[in-house]
Amino acid sequence: MGEEDYYLELCDRPVHFEKANPVNCVFFDEANKQVFAVRSGGATGVVVKGPDDRNPISFRMEDKGEVKCIKFSLENKILAVQRTSKTVDFSNFIPDSSQLEYTQECKTKNANILGFCWTSSTEIVFITDQGIEFYQVSPEKRSLKLLKSQNINVNWYMYCPEGAVILLSTTVLGNVLQPFYFRAGTMSKLPKFEIELPAVPKSAKLNLSERDIAMATIYGQLYVLFLRHHSRTSNSAGAEVVLYHLPREGACKKMHILKLNRTGKFALNVVDNLVVVHHQDTETSVIFDIKLRGEFDGTVTFHHPVLPARSIQPYQIPMAGPAPVTSQSPVPCKLYSSSWIVFQPDIIISASQGYLWNLQVKLQPIVSLLPDKGRLMDFLLQRKECKMVILSVCSQMLSESDRATLPVIATVFDKLNHEYKKYLDAEQSYTTALEAGQSRSSPLLKRPARTQAVIDQSDMYTHVLSVFTEKKDTSHKFVIAVLMEYIRSLNQFQITVQHYLHELVIKTLVQHNLFYMLHQFLQYHVLSDSKPLACLLLSLESFYPPAHQLSLDMLKRLSTANDEIVEVLLSKHQVLAALRFIRGIGGHDNISARKFLDAAKQTEDNMLFYTIFRFFEQRNQRLRGNPNFTPGEHCEEHVAFFKQVFGDQALMRPTTF
Amino acid sequence: MCFFRAQWIFTTHTTWRTVPNIFFFNLFRTFSPSKPAKSLHTQKNRQFFNEPEENFWMVMVVRNPIIEKQSKDGKPIVEYQEEELLDKVYSSVLQQCYSMYKLFNGTFLRAMEDGGVKLLKERLEKFFHRYLQTLHLQSCDLLDIFGGISFFPLDKMTYLKIQSFINRMEESLSIVKYTAFLYNDQLIWSGLEQDDMRILYKYLTTSLFPRHIEPELAGRDSPVRAEMPGNLQHYGRFLTGPLNLNDPEAKCRFPKIFVNTDDTYEALHLIVYKAMSAAVCFMIDASVQPTLDFCRRLDSIVGPQLTVLASDICEQFNINKRMSGHFEYIWKPAQLLGRLMVLGFLLRRAPIDGGAPGDGNAPVDGTIDGRSEKEPQFKFIYFNHMNLAEKSTIHMRKTPSVSLTSVHPDLMKILGDINSDFTRVDEDEEVIVKAMSDYWVVGKKSDQRELYVILNQKNANLIEVNEEVKKLCATQFNNIFFLD
Repeated sequence: MGEEDYYLELCDRPVHFEKANPVNCVFFDEANKQVFAVRSGGATGVVVKGPDDRNPISFRMEDKGEVKCIKFSLENKILAVQRTSKTVDFSNFIPDSSQLEYTQECKTKNANILGFCWTSSTEIVFITDQGIEFYQVSPEKRSLKLLKSQNINVNWYMYCPEGAVILLSTTVLGNVLQPFYFRAGTMSKLPKFEIELPAVPKSAKLNLSERDIAMATIYGQLYVLFLRHHSRTSNSAGAEVVLYHLPREGACKKMHILKLNRTGKFALNVVDNLVVVHHQDTETSVIFDIKLRGEFDGTVTFHHPVLPARSIQPYQIPMAGPAPVTSQSPVPCKLYSSSWIVFQPDIIISASQGYLWNLQVKLQPIVSLLPDKGRLMDFLLQRKECKMVILSVCSQMLSESDRATLPVIATVFDKLNHEYKKYLDAEQSYTTALEAGQSRSSPLLKRPARTQAVIDQSDMYTHVLSVFTEKKDTSHKFVIAVLMEYIRSLNQFQITVQHYLHELVIKTLVQHNLFYMLHQFLQYHVLSDSKPLACLLLSLESFYPPAHQLSLDMLKRLSTANDEIVEVLLSKHQVLAALRFIRGIGGHDNISARKFLDAAKQTEDNMLFYTIFRFFEQRNQRLRGNPNFTPGEHCEEHVAFFKQVFGDQALMRPTTF
Repeated sequence: MCFFRAQWIFTTHTTWRTVPNIFFFNLFRTFSPSKPAKSLHTQKNRQFFNEPEENFWMVMVVRNPIIEKQSKDGKPIVEYQEEELLDKVYSSVLQQCYSMYKLFNGTFLRAMEDGGVKLLKERLEKFFHRYLQTLHLQSCDLLDIFGGISFFPLDKMTYLKIQSFINRMEESLSIVKYTAFLYNDQLIWSGLEQDDMRILYKYLTTSLFPRHIEPELAGRDSPVRAEMPGNLQHYGRFLTGPLNLNDPEAKCRFPKIFVNTDDTYEALHLIVYKAMSAAVCFMIDASVQPTLDFCRRLDSIVGPQLTVLASDICEQFNINKRMSGHFEYIWKPAQLLGRLMVLGFLLRRAPIDGGAPGDGNAPVDGTIDGRSEKEPQFKFIYFNHMNLAEKSTIHMRKTPSVSLTSVHPDLMKILGDINSDFTRVDEDEEVIVKAMSDYWVVGKKSDQRELYVILNQKNANLIEVNEEVKKLCATQFNNIFFLD
């Protein structure tokens, strides 16, 4: 299998930590994505590494017993360590503040602390087997204040830092889940919901394991993912992932079912809004995209894997250590190892090897794995780093060897422009709101984010169309059909077509002497009027005489190009026509007499010169009461010429009143 | 009473040697080598000459109209109206005859090369035997001089949809070389060059389409196919080629046409396919013989899409019309296609307002002021030499048998005379004539465009007429450069 076949990979700069062993305990904090390596209970050192910070935090702490749970508050301000089932110890990591530890015991009597989660830099939640307790920590006073608590029997808990939601498993079977939502010092209880178990349990014991539940944000919405090992319907074998949508308000609702069509051990990740399901038995993974069209049965949508199952791309462990004395070649990493632990959204940890990876999706290999171009576009448009891949798909489908049919090309253009138009509309309403006087700081007013999925005309022009039209082996018929299809699609979404696209069409038509086609396009205003276009047409006149008329018509319709019209007519020695035109629009009082007289003289038509000369004499008479030209008009030469040809007496005499 | 009769002699240079009249042709050239004379006036006849190909002459003799009078002694006297015929009209008819011949037979020279005089004679005889009967010389007028094309006004989006349709069809039916698209007998797209399209358009609108309209109206030849299993219902059918696709014996014979005879000289099969008011001409290389399978495939691909497109066009056209305010369209009685018509009726109309006339787009811009309730006080003919766009509110409808005009022939003759004047000079010109019948006739020429207006305002003076025409131009021609 070539590298082009794998669409999932581990990031190439993993977080490396000292692997777990009897003296070194390793902890992972999902909120800060930090790995804690605690040697000998902290006495010989604690090393904290996050994915972003390349400088690990190292410190020592007194060995006060086995560490059960260790986490920094957000921004690494306060460290909390649980060593007993009743208490949590705190120490400040704020510069210039007391380093002395302080302790908080859980309030509920006889309760055991299952764990704790930081919800902000100074707020912490204890989860006990009898409920949850929400505290405010004040590092200065080195004390905690209970903000709120709730009694409830808890089997296990799960925390989703992105959604700031804690999920508690309650009841004997464990399948009733109670979510709590935390925000700025408040804790709110969301409606509880029940996970449908695959079969009616035989005995009243815990039936829902936390291993089968995950929480993740997908397309901006929080979902609870449940890995159901056996389908409820007996006819379909194989496990499935059930997605429950957990809204901030309202009840949790079952929305999607991802069909895995296999059984065994699974693990879930969410990468770039895709649900990745790893299957340990076959050492492959599949991905699901809930935005792609699935089969809707009236309540839930069933999805199948977007692509055939593939392994994560083989990975070589880089030779670790800053001073590698060994010159060994990199060691291949065992993928899908049973020592892997998977965290949401995209984290894979190998505690035995001491690595933390982020899982990544590679888009380029997907292009060849998804032959349906429409579906491929739907898929790519939802991905973060999609722009260059989409543009390469566009180029590819226009290439001679891999050419798609026009209906397919049209579908792709429509999908791109749909996304483009959405952005333009958002941008437009933002500008309108700004102009209407809404302040920039208003929370309702947010400048729309331009994602990579917004492929505009200039992208298409630069990366796809201009290159495509340059190709020698492509038939001009196809080139024109593609350009027209793109213009049609833009028009369909009411997007103003940029003039460079029109110029591309014209250039192609002109290159192949298809002037009559060009004429027809202009006749139906497919190529929008603009001054640059009109000038381009003027330049084509020597190849195609009607271009002159087309250009003049266009200038006329623009109604802001009257000067240009006069220039065009004068350049063609149509002096009278120019004068009639400028008179028709009422601009004849402001034109330069000299310019017209020059043009008239060039025609070597004395009668025409006479007419034009007389016109300006009359204008002078009307405007100034005297037919003579003023020195500022610089017409002396023409007056002399007039006298020479027609005689002094032909000059108009001032009318006396 | 007057009548015309044309007589035809076709010959080639070689046979002319035996005819003393050969002398004429050299004579014509002697008078003016670059522009040989085109007609010879005599008392009874007028002869028109045309040399469409080097050394091939066509002559058409048209008898002058006659008036029979009673002399004093009671004997009928025949008086020839020597000035009635317009040279330009009939020399244009003669040129058109050649173009039509060439469209279906190729050039004279080719025939000579292929089979000598004998073959050429056969072809001429076969073609003109039928074609002459379809010429209606009585009703020839200014429009025959122009030989223009009426373009269907359409918004940009619908036009682009049609483009997209054509490109897709040419892609799926890869043997198609050129395509033309018409709606309501008006052109929307031509893949052929202008000159070829001009004569093909003439053939389609004056011969092929009218022949098929009549049976449709009579309820025969219902456009909806019998239920074909697995076939989407659509209204498409062949106007040339097989009549019944279900008949395995059906003949797939299409008319052969010749285009680009000046350079590439291409022979093509002409497939005309129609759904409702939309007609598409697919032209394929004559060396490929279309099979029944191909026809079926074409029918199954084109039929459904063209049906949808035709109703889109109709809908869009009506929307544009409504948006542009009150209009005046002469609606011919709706021609019901019975129970099967999706749209209710076929549109047959003669727009008397709307946009740059014949310049295709934008049927919008204004109306003809408040007088739309009554008979409008003017009628016009517009022609643009550059794109051959023509528009007439004078001609009601072209049928295969006769072209109906709504004005007196005398007025038509004045229009012809003005046109002759325009031809003589290159400059822009304007002519205003007061006709005997109290009508005002105005002719304007601006660059490559000509406009003829007939005003029915007998009490108007010259200034008022001028104003009236200015107003007309401002409303009708405001999106083109047309000098006042």
